[in-house]
Amino acid sequence: MDLISKFFKDDPSSKDVAVERLRLVLVHDRANVSPGLMEALKEDLIAVISKYMDIDEESMEINLNSGEFSSALVANIPVKRIRR
Amino acid sequence: MSGKVIVITSGKGGVGKTTTCANIGTGLAQRGRKTVLIDADVGLRNLDVVMGLENRIVFDLVNVCEKVCKTRQALIKDKRFENMYLLPAAQTKEKDVIKPEQMIELCNELRQEFDYILIDCPAGIEQGFKNAVAGADQAIIVTTPDVSAVRDADRIVGLLQSRGITQPQLIINRVRPQMVRKGDMMDIDDVNDILAINLVGVVPDDESIIISTNRGEPAIMDVGSRAGEAFRNIVGRIEGETVPFMSLDYDLGIFDKIKRLMKKD
Repeated sequence: MDLISKFFKDDPSSKDVAVERLRLVLVHDRANVSPGLMEALKEDLIAVISKYMDIDEESMEINLNSGEFSSALVANIPVKRIRR
Repeated sequence: MSGKVIVITSGKGGVGKTTTCANIGTGLAQRGRKTVLIDADVGLRNLDVVMGLENRIVFDLVNVCEKVCKTRQALIKDKRFENMYLLPAAQTKEKDVIKPEQMIELCNELRQEFDYILIDCPAGIEQGFKNAVAGADQAIIVTTPDVSAVRDADRIVGLLQSRGITQPQLIINRVRPQMVRKGDMMDIDDVNDILAINLVGVVPDDESIIISTNRGEPAIMDVGSRAGEAFRNIVGRIEGETVPFMSLDYDLGIFDKIKRLMKKD
């Protein structure tokens, strides 16, 4: 069975890739936010937060998630150390 | 009497707006509705050739808007249906010679006399688009199942909303069942989920469209054409009938069935 499954298993279909890419690009289109604006926001956030704590800038993530009726800015910012 | 003004738009070019407009118009005329098609693509007129009426043009949309002639003088009667007319676009002028107010005035004038006024919108979201949607009560958005066309359609949904057209309807054009089956083309549900607007029709990719365009005879008149059948269904839905969506031949071969079972694990 395993062997057969392996034989049939393939990469995600190109239409799944298309749907995924569309969803991502539409989140930005609908919110009217450009990648440049997100980058600027990220830099400002880093500047402000760094006054109070050490953060891991490399692994920090900021995303704008759009639902049908609302959008939410979701930030995941790992903290290394609190400044005293 | 007050007719309905429906704009056929897409954002992206080349998805089949003009063909859709010609077919829906012909279908409505076949049903005895008094119909006028307005080609709003000033500078790049094409609805005339798709309808096979290119040799009969004297006046055009810009002449009407500038009051060079009466509206009636610019209307070209169709070859096949005497209750259908075309108002052609100007070919040698630019899109911004017309103003939205002039389109609203024209639509309101035509409303008195016709059951349906269909407007073939140019591609893009600039002045030509603004003119085409200005006088419309309803919109039909044409898209194809690919990333760029759906993205542009989504943008159009937003722009129509800001102009007071809150319930546009969707036509998914050039669907290729074979590719959908292989997982290489987005299916109706994928596009529908993403755009979340009311679906009014699905048109399969069909060579008969190319042949009918060559001849200047809309495919809806060809009883053997799959695309023609899809357009007849769309016309029924526009007229308020409940028409089931036709099967796009999705039945799987035995190999595909096994493959699908395996994937579920």
